[in-house]
Amino acid sequence: MFYREAGQFKTTYAADMAVFPILQDKIGIAVIVAAAVLLPFLGAAGIVSPQTQNFLLQVVAIPFLIFSLASIGLNLLTGYTGLLSLGTAGFMGVGAYACYKLTTYFPGVNIIVWVLASGFFAAGIGVVFGLPSLRIKGFYLAVATLAAQFFLQWCFIRIPWLYNENASGAIEVPQRTLLGVPVTGPTATAETRYFVVLAIVAGLTWIASNLVHGRIGRSWMAVRDMDIAAELMGIKLFDTKLLAFAVSSFYCGVAGALLVFLWYGGAEPEVFSINQSFLILFMVIIGGLGSLVGSYFGAALIYILPIVLRLLPESLGIPIGGATIEHLTFMIVGALIIFFLIVEPHGLARLWQIGKQKLRTWPFPY
Amino acid sequence: MELLYNIFVGPFAEMARAPDLLVQTLWEGLVSGVLYALIALGFVLIFKASGVFNFAQGIMVVFAGLTLVGLYEAGVPAFLALLITIGVMFALAVCIERAVLRPLVNQPDIILFMATFGLTYFLIGFGELVFGGNPKVMIADELYLPKGAVDLPMFGGLVSLQKIDIAAAVIASAMVAGLAVFFQKTRIGRALRAVADSHKAALSVGISLNQIWVIVWFTAGIVALATGIMWGARSDVSFALQIIALKALPVLILGGFTSVPGAIVGGLIIGIGEKLGEFYFAPAILGSALGRGVESWLAYFIALAFLLFRPQGLFGEKIIERI
Repeated sequence: MFYREAGQFKTTYAADMAVFPILQDKIGIAVIVAAAVLLPFLGAAGIVSPQTQNFLLQVVAIPFLIFSLASIGLNLLTGYTGLLSLGTAGFMGVGAYACYKLTTYFPGVNIIVWVLASGFFAAGIGVVFGLPSLRIKGFYLAVATLAAQFFLQWCFIRIPWLYNENASGAIEVPQRTLLGVPVTGPTATAETRYFVVLAIVAGLTWIASNLVHGRIGRSWMAVRDMDIAAELMGIKLFDTKLLAFAVSSFYCGVAGALLVFLWYGGAEPEVFSINQSFLILFMVIIGGLGSLVGSYFGAALIYILPIVLRLLPESLGIPIGGATIEHLTFMIVGALIIFFLIVEPHGLARLWQIGKQKLRTWPFPY
Repeated sequence: MELLYNIFVGPFAEMARAPDLLVQTLWEGLVSGVLYALIALGFVLIFKASGVFNFAQGIMVVFAGLTLVGLYEAGVPAFLALLITIGVMFALAVCIERAVLRPLVNQPDIILFMATFGLTYFLIGFGELVFGGNPKVMIADELYLPKGAVDLPMFGGLVSLQKIDIAAAVIASAMVAGLAVFFQKTRIGRALRAVADSHKAALSVGISLNQIWVIVWFTAGIVALATGIMWGARSDVSFALQIIALKALPVLILGGFTSVPGAIVGGLIIGIGEKLGEFYFAPAILGSALGRGVESWLAYFIALAFLLFRPQGLFGEKIIERI
C-alpha cells in the first residue's frame, strides 16, 4: 500500500544501481539515522529519566554499535569472501592494544586518528594470518585463524611492553579530549562517546557498503562462490583474499579500539578471548552471511536479547536468582540460535527481505 | 647464529643431558595426545556420518561427566549411574536428531556448524542449571579405575607413570579398535560409511538417515562419556573442560576430518609436540620468562605447518575441485 515502487522511474544507470533505489527506503534510512542521532536527547527532553538515558547509551547503544562494526568486519571476510574466521577477537585486540600504545607514545595526537590508525595495525596482522588461506580452505582455514586467536591472546598476556608494564596486566584508557571535550577516560560523558562511536560506525558502514557494491565486493563474492572459477575469470586470488583479510581486520581492529576506549575504559586480555570471537560469528550467521544490514540485526539479537532476558523477570516481578537467570539466558540463546537457523538459514537479513517483499504486494498475498 | 643454536642444538643438548626427563615429557605428551585424540574421535565419527562439524563434542564430554557424578552424588550406585548416563546420552542423541538435525537436513555445512554452537550454549546453560557450576570430583575409585603411579627406573633416573594414564591409553586403543571393527565389519557400519559418502544415494538404497544419525550421535556420546571419565579422573569435571574441545580441532585437522586413525596419530603428534615445545624449544628460543604458556597456541601452529604441505590433513582424502 505505502511501500511500493510504482511511479518511481529511473532515468540513469546510477539511479538503477543505487543502494536505496526506492524513495520509501531512503525515507526509512533517514528516519533511522535521525532516531540514532536524537537518541541521547531523550533524557534532555524529559521523555526518559537520566538513569534510563545513561543505561540506554552505556549498556545498550554503544556496545551494540561496536559489535555491529565487528560483525561487519567479520561479514566482509566470512559472508562476502567465504573465508571462515575464528580469530575476530584476536584482531580486535590488536586494534585495542595498538591504539593504546600509539596514544601513550603520542598523547598530543587526536584520539580519533589513533582509533582509525590502529585499524591498519590489525589489518597488517590480519594479512599475515591470512596468508595460509591461499592454500587451505573451509574448516581447515579455521585452524589458521584459531592460531591467530590464541597466539595474539598469548601475546597480550605475556608481552609486558604491550600494556606498558602495568602491574595489573591490563590496559587503562587515559583521558583524551577532542576540541576540549573529553572523549575517552572516566570523565567522558556517555553522550559524547555515543556520538563518536555513531559517527565512526556509520562512516565505516558507508565505506563497506560502497566496497561490497563495487568491483572489489564483486570479486570477493566471486571468490566465495567458487574460487577456482573466479581465478579462471581473471580475479587474482592472492590479492583478493588478502585484501579481504586486510579490510576485515581493519574493521575488527577499529571495533576493538572502540570497545576498549569508548566503552570499557580499560581491558584485560580476557576481553579478547575465543568466546568473543564466537559471539561475533554468531551475530554474523544469525544476522545473515553476506549482508551489511544483517550484521546490525545479528548484533541486536545476540547482544541485546540477553540484556532483555536478564531484565525481564525483575520487571515482571518473578523472583529468580541471578545465577539461574544466567543459565536460563544461555539456554534460551542457544535454543534461539537453533530456532532461527531452522526457520531461516540465511539469517535475519533474509527475513527482512521477505518481509519487504510481502509489504510490496500487501494486501494481496502475491 | 645464537638463534639457530637455540633452535637446532640447545634443546637437543638439553634432552640428551637428562634422558629420563625427556622420557617423562614424551609420556606426558603421549597421554594428553591420547585424550585429545579421544575428543577428536567423537568429532570424526559425527563428521564421517553426517558431515556435521560437531562443535558440541566438548560440552558433551562435560555433560556426560557431570551426569555421571551428579547421579552418584544423588545416591545412585556407581555402575547403575554409568548405565543411566549411557541412557541419558542416548536420549540426548535422539533429541538432537529430532530437534536440530532433521529440520536442518541438506543445509550448508556452516549452518549445521552454527547449530551445534547453539547446542553448546544450550547444554552449558542446562548443565549449569541442573548440576551447578562448581567443579566436581570424578568417581574414579568407585568405577575401579586404578590409582597411584608406577615408577620405572630409566637412564639413571625415575620415570613416573600415572596408572590412570595407562588405563586411559588402553581404553582409548580398545575403543579405536572397536570402532574400526564396527565401521568395517558390521551392517550398521557399512550403512554409516554409505551415509558419509552421499546422503542422497544412501537414502535411495533404503538407509534411514534418521536412524543412522541417532546411532552416530549416540556413539559419539559414549566416546564423550569415556573421555569425560578419563579426563575427569586426571583433573576435575568442570565446564573448563569444554575448552579442550578446541584443542581437538588442530588434532582433527592434522589427521584429516574423515579418518579415525588420523585422529589418533594427530592427537599423538599434537600432544608430544606441545609438551616438547613447552619444555624445550620455547624456553630456549623465547627465554624462560616469555616462553611459558606457549601450549595455548603451539598446537595450532603445528597443525598449520602440516596443512601447508598437505591441505587435506595427513590421512584425509585428496580434495579434488571441479568447476
